[in-house]
Amino acid sequence: MGKEIDTMTDTLIELKNVEKRFKSADGMARTVLEGVDFELQDGEIVALLGQSGSGKSTLLRVIAGLIQADGGDVKYRGQPLYGPANGISMVFQSFALFPWLTVQQNVELGLEARGVSQDERAKRAEAAIELIGLSGFEGALPRELSGGMRQRVGIARALVMEPDVLLMDEAFSALDVMTGEQLRDDMLELWDGKSTPMRGLLIVSHNIEEAVLMADRILIFASDPGRVRAELRISLPRPRDVDSVEVRALIDQVYALMTARAPRAGKAAEEAVSLHLGYRLPEADVSRMEGMLELLSEEPFNGRADLPKLVDETDLTDDELLPLADALHLLGLAQLAHGDIVITPLGKRYVENEDVRQEIFGQQLLAHVPLAAHIRHSLEQEPSGELPEGPFLKLLRESLDADEAERVLKVAIEWGRYGEAYEYNYNTGVVHLPEGEEEAEAE
Amino acid sequence: MIKFEYFPRQVIEAGGNRWDWALLPLVLSALVLLAFGAAQMSHPYQIGAPMPIYLDPAYLPYYLLRTTLRMFIALGASIVFTLVYATLAAKNRAAEKVLIPLLDILQSIPVLGFLSITVTGFIALFPGNLLGVECAAIFAIFTSQAWNMAFSLYQSLRTVPGELQEAARIFQLSGWQRFWRLELPFAMPQLLWNIMMSMSGGWFFVVASEAISVSNQNIKLPGIGSYIALALEQRNLPAIGWAIGTMVIGILLYDQLLFRPLLAWADKFRFETEGGETGQSSWLLTWLRRTERLQFIARGGLKVVEKSFSLFRREYDGTSIRARPQPISDKWSRIWDAGIAALVLFAVWRLVTFIHSEVGAGEVARVFLFGFYTLIRVLVLIGLASLVWVPVAIWIGMNPRWADRLQAVAQLLAAFPANLMFPLAVVFIVYFNLNPDIWLSPLMVFGTQWYILFNVIAGASNIPSELRYAAQNLGLKGWLKWRRYLLPAIFPSFVTGAITASGGSWNASIVAEYVTWGNTQLEAHGLGSYIAKMTATGDFPRIALGIGVMCVFVMSLNHFLWRKLYSLAEDRMHF
Repeated sequence: MGKEIDTMTDTLIELKNVEKRFKSADGMARTVLEGVDFELQDGEIVALLGQSGSGKSTLLRVIAGLIQADGGDVKYRGQPLYGPANGISMVFQSFALFPWLTVQQNVELGLEARGVSQDERAKRAEAAIELIGLSGFEGALPRELSGGMRQRVGIARALVMEPDVLLMDEAFSALDVMTGEQLRDDMLELWDGKSTPMRGLLIVSHNIEEAVLMADRILIFASDPGRVRAELRISLPRPRDVDSVEVRALIDQVYALMTARAPRAGKAAEEAVSLHLGYRLPEADVSRMEGMLELLSEEPFNGRADLPKLVDETDLTDDELLPLADALHLLGLAQLAHGDIVITPLGKRYVENEDVRQEIFGQQLLAHVPLAAHIRHSLEQEPSGELPEGPFLKLLRESLDADEAERVLKVAIEWGRYGEAYEYNYNTGVVHLPEGEEEAEAE
Repeated sequence: MIKFEYFPRQVIEAGGNRWDWALLPLVLSALVLLAFGAAQMSHPYQIGAPMPIYLDPAYLPYYLLRTTLRMFIALGASIVFTLVYATLAAKNRAAEKVLIPLLDILQSIPVLGFLSITVTGFIALFPGNLLGVECAAIFAIFTSQAWNMAFSLYQSLRTVPGELQEAARIFQLSGWQRFWRLELPFAMPQLLWNIMMSMSGGWFFVVASEAISVSNQNIKLPGIGSYIALALEQRNLPAIGWAIGTMVIGILLYDQLLFRPLLAWADKFRFETEGGETGQSSWLLTWLRRTERLQFIARGGLKVVEKSFSLFRREYDGTSIRARPQPISDKWSRIWDAGIAALVLFAVWRLVTFIHSEVGAGEVARVFLFGFYTLIRVLVLIGLASLVWVPVAIWIGMNPRWADRLQAVAQLLAAFPANLMFPLAVVFIVYFNLNPDIWLSPLMVFGTQWYILFNVIAGASNIPSELRYAAQNLGLKGWLKWRRYLLPAIFPSFVTGAITASGGSWNASIVAEYVTWGNTQLEAHGLGSYIAKMTATGDFPRIALGIGVMCVFVMSLNHFLWRKLYSLAEDRMHF
């Protein structure tokens, strides 16, 4: 089977001009990946970074053979890839263990599927379990294990197949920070120890530090449609020290790349950016934004902070903090530049006067978030001052998938409520003008 | 799929451990009993020949055995049906288009209606033998169990978590491997729960299906149901008492010997990977797990399944040309759709000519009117039952000391065939000279109200304690407390209970609107009594009409009321 495949080339995975479209519920096709070129070379660790919805998980699934690309070529060791291949294995974000199978049975699953004899299976599973440090837990059910142990089972299950290429889909993000770091270090040790036949490792991550510490190459994805926006080579030897100057500089650089506006928004970083209606509003809740703004204005930052420092200070993860920074930037309360965040004069006023906060927030929201402005504008034309959410959702679904459309509208509603631009009734699903305003509008 | 590896108890004894010896006589006697009961089923018989049923309580264990055998054969058939039907529907889009609506319709056909229609066919299948009648009775019980089991499995197969499906694909499990390793285990707890509920419901239909009266012929198969039917005819109250006692024992035996072990075993298939809540426990399962010899047999069975895995496996991976996806052609699916449409049109045409020639439009209108009467009865009585039981159930559910015990009692009551209480109602109505149109109605919900009770008990006992403290802390009182706190909190479980109760009530209407006690007959105007009367006289076109109309009513009620309430509960009211 896998043996006939050409093992002489140095390119493990090769993607050319890959395209993927999904059909949404109302039959509209959305492009998730567009013109993606990608190569995974022999002996290489590559990390894919990007905000949620940028298509990096989709790309991983195309490489895994779980999803068929709609256009372009996908090749594994020179052969076209139509489905999951023997040489490619995967570790999942929420482990995907079969809860009714013991640790050993879970690890043996792929071997059993391939028809390996029971003795051989037991022998190989034993070795994999030993390798990943789970000896003694063979008979346990997943529910008896902690999160970190479960992910070890997930890794053992993938490694026992002796994969050529291992894919990790945010494999450490469901774990607490310490466990995640521990597992990451163990993984790197395995990789560098060359005790497995693994030739390539592709990780999808939210965590910038993780990517910088692990990868030989980082690809940063942009959304709508998903494509590779930037590439960064890291030639530092592993293991890398988080506190070393080089690593800090790299982390700063990645933050800058991640927070840089897409080129099409132009160089208008001074004024807030002009967005389109279906812009993916960042998942940022108002009280956290306020907290971050306050933190930023105080000692030791005094209005200007290095993003990685802010991550340390707030105990937020990258995928929690970046949307906050993004939202503050959108609303003109802070500015992002070169991996730093700087409070604006308006932001300062916002922090200092508690009474005007909601007013400022509302003004900025209507001025800079087209979706919010559109909702408000449409409501003002209604004599009753109310409209069902349906049409807005439909509008968003034209450029986003159903879940994402709902999420974006939820963010717009939360911001609108806080800024007193409009309100929302959960039970009826109706958006309406704030109490006391509709009569005034009707005059 | 039975695995007992989690209780590694190495007892090194050549002749098995002491559990083996204790279990041996039990197993052997069970086998002998089953063989004996099964041998009795195939028995020469001519229609019209008398079949003696004795009211002597000494016969009851034998009757219980015969009835149990019927229920288990029906259950076996239901399981096979479920596995095939649901899997086909979940995996094949073309089949799904037909099978799922069909299941929806089958589910709303009254169970006793199936019996009326099929019994003559089954009798003709085995001329001169009792097996035909047996089959009809078994089929009736089957129809009370199979549909919701199939639905449950189909739903589970459709909701297998995405990441597990991806894992199964990454590790290249074949369809066969996936079914045994992923899909069936995932569906197991839900399926077992449905089997249990179906078996409970089965008791109600056993009583109605063993004593069959068709085309003015009375056939009584040996069993608890016939015993009850005879006791009702002869107005023998002590015999009814004995029958009730036997059924309670039967239900308890099922619970202890079958369902509790199964539920305890299925606990490992619970999907939440979190530990948390402890599942069921069963003395029998613990015992079985300690019995070496049984473990040996179970492992043997397991080996066979595992052997089949290496037989039915994928032989190529994603780089082979065989893995290349075939472009799906629209042509065949269009032809299929057209075929279905043509069949539907043909059926409509046949239906119209049938109504026109056999029964007439006037009769159809009359039957719809009857259906309307029954609809009003069902809705009013479910409403009344809710008014009574919801507050009681909330009170019970909030008192953890009572909740568990009383919930079990309510489940027992739901399994208990309400037909046994009908004689009392007849005596009562005749004595006070009451209007049967009104006073027979409560019988319809007599057996089904318990579904509301135990579902709401479950709902109330699941109210998060923080919410309880908050309500206490805020001093919520009176109507406000009900409106803002208690009713919304139990709404989803209430809807689940009411849906089951409503379905059951329609089924029960066939026996509840047309009640006999000795020579006294009481009848309420309604669709149920119409079907019952037409069955007694053997008027097949009218039986079919009655059943069809009931089916329309049940489906509309499901579609326009229950499904709406259910999605409301799903969307807005859950913790």
